[in-house]
Amino acid sequence: MSAHDHSDHGSYRSYIIGFLLSVVLTVVPFWIVMADVDVSLGVALAVIFGLGAIQVLVHVYYFLHVTVQAEDGWQFMSLLFTAILLIIIMSGSIWVMLHLHENMMPAHDQIERVRDVK
Amino acid sequence: MASSIASPAPEGGYQFYVTEDPHHDHHGGDDEEHHHETGTMLGFWIYLMSDCLIFGILFAVYAVVGQNYAAGPSPADLFEIDKILLATFFLLFSSITYGFAVINMQQKKQNAMMFWLIITGLFGFGFLVMEVLEFEHLWHLGAGPGASAFLSAFWTLVGTHGLHVTAGSIWLVVLLVQVKMHGLTEANIRRILCLSLFWHFLDLIWIGVFSFVYLTGVLL
Repeated sequence: MSAHDHSDHGSYRSYIIGFLLSVVLTVVPFWIVMADVDVSLGVALAVIFGLGAIQVLVHVYYFLHVTVQAEDGWQFMSLLFTAILLIIIMSGSIWVMLHLHENMMPAHDQIERVRDVK
Repeated sequence: MASSIASPAPEGGYQFYVTEDPHHDHHGGDDEEHHHETGTMLGFWIYLMSDCLIFGILFAVYAVVGQNYAAGPSPADLFEIDKILLATFFLLFSSITYGFAVINMQQKKQNAMMFWLIITGLFGFGFLVMEVLEFEHLWHLGAGPGASAFLSAFWTLVGTHGLHVTAGSIWLVVLLVQVKMHGLTEANIRRILCLSLFWHFLDLIWIGVFSFVYLTGVLL
């Protein structure tokens, strides 16, 4: 039980570590966009999403105090289950809808055809 | 446990929820630390996971229709990233000050805890003010939720997050009154820990919002 004490509520130290990590992980993506740093779009997006994902993990560990042991593992299991559902929902929606979008007639052609009909 | 039903009041007050591990009832000093390890915290966590799915779906909607501008304004025309950075830091500061409040609560320092909770509330209020100003600005530009699919998805996603922060702030004020009236009772401690999860969770969702909606939106 005593092993929980540290991880459950955190300490000043763990909150400050989490906070400082979050500051860095927030400032870097904002700096890339605001300072117009000269990197390709792909690199910029990779940095934004990569650091965002890391910051989510930092928050989960340092602020929400989720560990594998907490609540006999149920907290972690429900988080994992939710994450899997989210991945399915997000990637599935984007994948399917982008395919649909590609198979649609381009708006420009459509307008031209309507003109021809007149 | 059965013997305590007849007695006037068990140590630490009655517990109106299911308690786990009945085999070791050590009603000693260190028991205080473990009150939250009951169904309430796990149940609240599962509520948060369901909330997470709501936000996930709103993010998916935004991903699908977020670039359909209907000849209207695009993110690069609308978003003011410097203000979003400020709002982000309001939420981040409120997260760490809530953490300090929980630490003080654990040490039974009621006044210090209330001080940090009030600071948290002020940062939360600052965030909400920024958001309302942004919405008002968009509205005056004619970029309301009806202007395009992008703006519908944007208002729904960011607005849902804002409503959550509003609800959390109201909850915070109610809890401050409760603690002032009844002190750090077991029930109040449990409520403060639940709101702590809720508050940190909203900050976590905001990471997705500023990365995916604001920063990515301005880049594309």
